[in-house]
Amino acid sequence: MIVTGYVLEIAQVALALLLAPGLAGFVRWLKARFQNRRGAPPWQPYFELRKLFGKEVVMSNNASWLFRVAPYIIFASTVTVTLLVPMIVAPLALDGMGDLLMVVYLLLLGTFFLALAGLDPGTAFGGMGASREMTVAAIAEPTIALAIFSLALSAGSTNLGRIVTQELANPAVTVSPGHLLALAALFIVTLAETGRLPVDNPATHLELTMIHEAMILEYSGRYLALIEWASWLKLTIFFTLLANLFVPWGIATTFDPAALTLAVLALIVKLAVLGGIVAVVETRVAKLRLFRVPELLGASFVLALLAVTSSFLLK
Amino acid sequence: MTDFSRLQTALHDNLQGRATNIRVRRSNELHFQIMRGDAQRLAELLRADFGAELILMVANDRRVDKGVLEVHYLFGNDRENWFAHATKDLPPDDRAIDSLATFYYPASRFEREIKDLFGIEATGHPDRRPLVCHAFWPEDYYPLLKDAVPPAIFEDDGTSFPFKPVSGEGVYEIPVGPVHAGIIEPGHFRFSVVGETVIDLKIRLYFTHKGTEKLFEGRAPADGVELAERISGDTTIGHSLAYCQALESLAGCAVPVRAQYLRVILLEMERLYNHIADFGMLCNDTGYAVAHSHCFRIRERLLRLNKRLTGNRLMHGGIVLGGVGHDLPADLDLSGELDAIIADFNEIVDISLGNTTLMDRLESAGRLTTRIAMDLGVLGYVARASNIDVDARRDHPFAAYPALKFAVPVYTSGDVRARTMARVEEARISVQIIKQALNDMPAGSIVVPVGTLPAWEPAFGLVEGWRGTIIHWVMADESGRLYRVKVRDPSFMNWPALSFAILKNIVPDFPLCNKSFNQTYSGNDL
Repeated sequence: MIVTGYVLEIAQVALALLLAPGLAGFVRWLKARFQNRRGAPPWQPYFELRKLFGKEVVMSNNASWLFRVAPYIIFASTVTVTLLVPMIVAPLALDGMGDLLMVVYLLLLGTFFLALAGLDPGTAFGGMGASREMTVAAIAEPTIALAIFSLALSAGSTNLGRIVTQELANPAVTVSPGHLLALAALFIVTLAETGRLPVDNPATHLELTMIHEAMILEYSGRYLALIEWASWLKLTIFFTLLANLFVPWGIATTFDPAALTLAVLALIVKLAVLGGIVAVVETRVAKLRLFRVPELLGASFVLALLAVTSSFLLK
Repeated sequence: MTDFSRLQTALHDNLQGRATNIRVRRSNELHFQIMRGDAQRLAELLRADFGAELILMVANDRRVDKGVLEVHYLFGNDRENWFAHATKDLPPDDRAIDSLATFYYPASRFEREIKDLFGIEATGHPDRRPLVCHAFWPEDYYPLLKDAVPPAIFEDDGTSFPFKPVSGEGVYEIPVGPVHAGIIEPGHFRFSVVGETVIDLKIRLYFTHKGTEKLFEGRAPADGVELAERISGDTTIGHSLAYCQALESLAGCAVPVRAQYLRVILLEMERLYNHIADFGMLCNDTGYAVAHSHCFRIRERLLRLNKRLTGNRLMHGGIVLGGVGHDLPADLDLSGELDAIIADFNEIVDISLGNTTLMDRLESAGRLTTRIAMDLGVLGYVARASNIDVDARRDHPFAAYPALKFAVPVYTSGDVRARTMARVEEARISVQIIKQALNDMPAGSIVVPVGTLPAWEPAFGLVEGWRGTIIHWVMADESGRLYRVKVRDPSFMNWPALSFAILKNIVPDFPLCNKSFNQTYSGNDL
């Protein structure tokens, strides 16, 4: 049983890695459709990964060792997060290894190294992107923690797997004010953290407006592939958090193959629905003026704070 | 026929008879010679008493026939539609003019251009840095002199441009370009910023200097059209029309009325497709890609109409010397097509302008005040968005515009929104103009022979292209070939304004602000 649990953990990581490029491609494809364009097929990011892994790495003379190790740290920290997020089964075998605080700080670790790597070659754009990313992250990360805290309060545990099983045992809690407020907060933060409109424009070619893209401008070849893959994985993680923490149904609570298959299908459907929602949002809004971004994130922080308060009071 | 008697008297009184060879040409141009040291007094007189401003400076190497270098000053009066054309002769061994740089900003740029291309020094010019030529150009190589020999080795030695340094606590520099992430022309932008706020922007252009003016020299007049069409890829009709008008003015050729109307239609078609496409691009720069893809769809429709009108999507071959290249296809319902297109566009505009996140980006971004716009002599929609009411179609009417009724939209706020709205409104007006022209257009021939060009006579043509007023200045030699062609795209006047509009804005708003100006690099760099 324990062995199955660990096998499932590995299977979950593999599934996340496999689905992530497809999810990013699906959102892009859907956006193209909404914009009256044909767009690249949803599986385009897989080709991009293959292409990038096959290309040589070009590096600035000013880049240090940090520039080389950062992609691995970013990739590894993001992959580690997938071990702790219940995607297809709850509770997870590694639930004891880390809770939501671990998830938040692992994500922050990746962001931190991405910003360092942006600064490292000493180009104007890298520094610009890093400073903007830190501004966004400084407000976004506590919001994630607070939003999930409000769920933890009603579940009585900061353990993500346990939050999910508690919700399944007591479905009424998912429509409590605390949950709904936390959902809103986490959705806004998802857009910010994954570099989506209205915070950042993943499709822009304008260097001066970039946040995430500005930091990785200097990267090429396999390093770029790892960073891109990690950022798609991050998108998948955030969508999974939104999906499974707020609408946990479909997730397997036993290791029964039928339940697991259903869980995988449920996950794909949930990710696709969220991808659709994000594509609609990205089509409907323009990018905010940079100095308006803290206002938006401030609002999401307040929502998260209200979520915690209401969860606490209504407990 | 303009009455120049008051100006002639004033010239005589103020310049103590040193304005010579005064003659009226083509009813509204007063041509005369001036002496060294008189340029500023003349400019002051024309501005203060006659409401005319300097619109062009041209240098010309006449050592072969006249033994001198010439510098021409063209002044225009927008309200009364007349021009004063002053010529100054310089002996070859003393190539200097008195500088107008501190009197009128555009003159400082014309003078730097002349210095780089002809080696004519502007005495008292406060800025001695090169404009056209990058630092690695050899000393004493002045490409527009007739006897200039290009150096054998010509490569960038890495010498940097002497930008004025900006310093202070927390000030840092962001150099951008000349190679950009998008598919755009090359230009170097150097931002000095505190945090995200821009406190200074320097623009270094002329990476696409191709020697366009030199390429005109020695061509037969008819062969110059194809070159004029390619000065700026998106302004085929604007430039070729200005070029043809200059030569027709020189030859005294009367273009058939039907051709005049067809020229209006082509020029407005060009305005239409550029304004509509740029509206989409502006929205795209705020991340609102829906408007972009729909505007591009409409642009494609317009380009196909262009192809039916002229055989070319960008309307190459549309304008020819003495008329137009093609008559209206009999089976084309242009009016109906344009009604459908503008309805389509209006719907996209309504949806976009109803989007609060989009409007928040446009409003108050990149404000260009009327005062600075006046000082810099900006043109086109950039001027009209900053409350300057200029439009050569009305002020210096050409082609069939005198017979057409149209409004010139002027906005006061000078921000990105005003420039966007000006262009949306102009696009709508373009459709009305085309429909009027289609309705009023008489039957008749569409082209006449131009005849021979008088030698050594200056002439010019003004056209309100979609970016603003384009001027082509021409002179032919005895063989009837082009001796000198000077091109002034409105971008030459508008580029410096961008550095002022962006001040106190934040760095990520620059691309949007730049797009709202949308000046040409190719037409500026020549």
